[in-house]
Amino acid sequence: MKDKQLSVRAIKEGTVIDHIPASALFKVVSILKLDTLDTMITIGNSLGSNKLGKKGIIKLSKVFFKDDEINKISLVAPCAKLNIIKEYDVVEKRVVDIPDEIIGLVKCVNPKCITNNEKVNTRFEVVNKSDVKLKCHYCEKITDQDNIDIL
Amino acid sequence: MKDKNLVSITDFTKEEYLRLMELAAEFEANPRQDILSGYVISTLFFEPSTRTRLSFETAINGLRGRVIGFSDSGATSASKGETLHDTIKMVSNYADLIVMRHPLEGSARLASEVSSVPIVNAGDGANQHPTQTLLDMYSILKTQGTLENLKIFMVGDLKYGRTVHSLLQAMSKFNTTFYFISPDELKMPTTYKLYLEKMGLDFHEGKDLTEFLSEADIIYMTRVQQERFTDPIEYERVKNAYILRREMLEGCKESMKVLHPLPRVNEIHTDVDASPHAYYFEQAENGVYVRMAILSAILGIK
Repeated sequence: MKDKQLSVRAIKEGTVIDHIPASALFKVVSILKLDTLDTMITIGNSLGSNKLGKKGIIKLSKVFFKDDEINKISLVAPCAKLNIIKEYDVVEKRVVDIPDEIIGLVKCVNPKCITNNEKVNTRFEVVNKSDVKLKCHYCEKITDQDNIDIL
Repeated sequence: MKDKNLVSITDFTKEEYLRLMELAAEFEANPRQDILSGYVISTLFFEPSTRTRLSFETAINGLRGRVIGFSDSGATSASKGETLHDTIKMVSNYADLIVMRHPLEGSARLASEVSSVPIVNAGDGANQHPTQTLLDMYSILKTQGTLENLKIFMVGDLKYGRTVHSLLQAMSKFNTTFYFISPDELKMPTTYKLYLEKMGLDFHEGKDLTEFLSEADIIYMTRVQQERFTDPIEYERVKNAYILRREMLEGCKESMKVLHPLPRVNEIHTDVDASPHAYYFEQAENGVYVRMAILSAILGIK
């Protein structure tokens, strides 16, 4: 097993989400609604990492994500890496992609947007993926990376 | 254009803009027709706007349509807390089309998703006011004979001005060269300049109103508001630098026209009014014909 220096245990089968910036870890938990899952989850944060400074890692036993579910975390953890585990082995590695449209999930940065004043689901077109910029479908204003506020 | 919503100026194509220009000219030539007879159109103004509302109501009445609506949400169930969603759902059962002005951005887009009849946005907060843009374009077309290849000067508050942003979006389809003249605090936002660069369009930026003015085909004036300045001393310094005076127009092209979305405060000196270049009042009149065109096209009558 490769994780000698990590302080979390390996899993038999499931998904490992790695390279989560420490500051984004609990947002990832929130986005994926992990608090509602009834399975073994190990969450580690502020672990040492050469590339990113401090990182977080989530290991989910017996959980596999569909692309559109997991891609949502790209908003807060664009460099996250997924390891799909079967029989203690990594059978697949994946990266997350920012989708073209985000429905719900993020609050519009504009306090005068109708979505912040009435019960309306937010909806954004992703107009820039490398420097994340979300254009609100309703008020047309841009919510950028610094202002991403997960609902 | 039948049953299309007009929420943002970008909802319509270049061909649709041109078709609306044609229709507006027809209505200008013949402004009293019975074509809206039997139609009920609602004007829902959740915040007051005398000019736009009266312009729409003239357009509707002039074509024999009937109007229902309100001009201030204070006297309606909106003040009881009824949601926009519910108000629109209800009114779309009564009227054939809804014209709405609302203080919140995105309200017209939401309305278009909830309503069973077409929505025409008469202004949603600081976001869009597409019928203003269309009447600005009609004014440009009437006075210049074309929309193509013009030099348009935008002056004043280019940061917060929704009319200039919207006009830029529309006129960028016609190979326009823009000149942006504003104080540093109120420059045209980068998003729009990047958009022009992507479209391969030239633009110029400056602080001095008198520079290059002789090149202009259109001078579009907007008001520099004190509230927009974080530094009141800066406002005092610049407030007089963006006032258009008659003497500045010497040397301008004969066909050049001065436009303003109104109300005009002091940014166009009254000595300009008598000049043949002044067009801002005719511009407002054009609003009636353009709105007649929009309503008839969306109702599928023309």
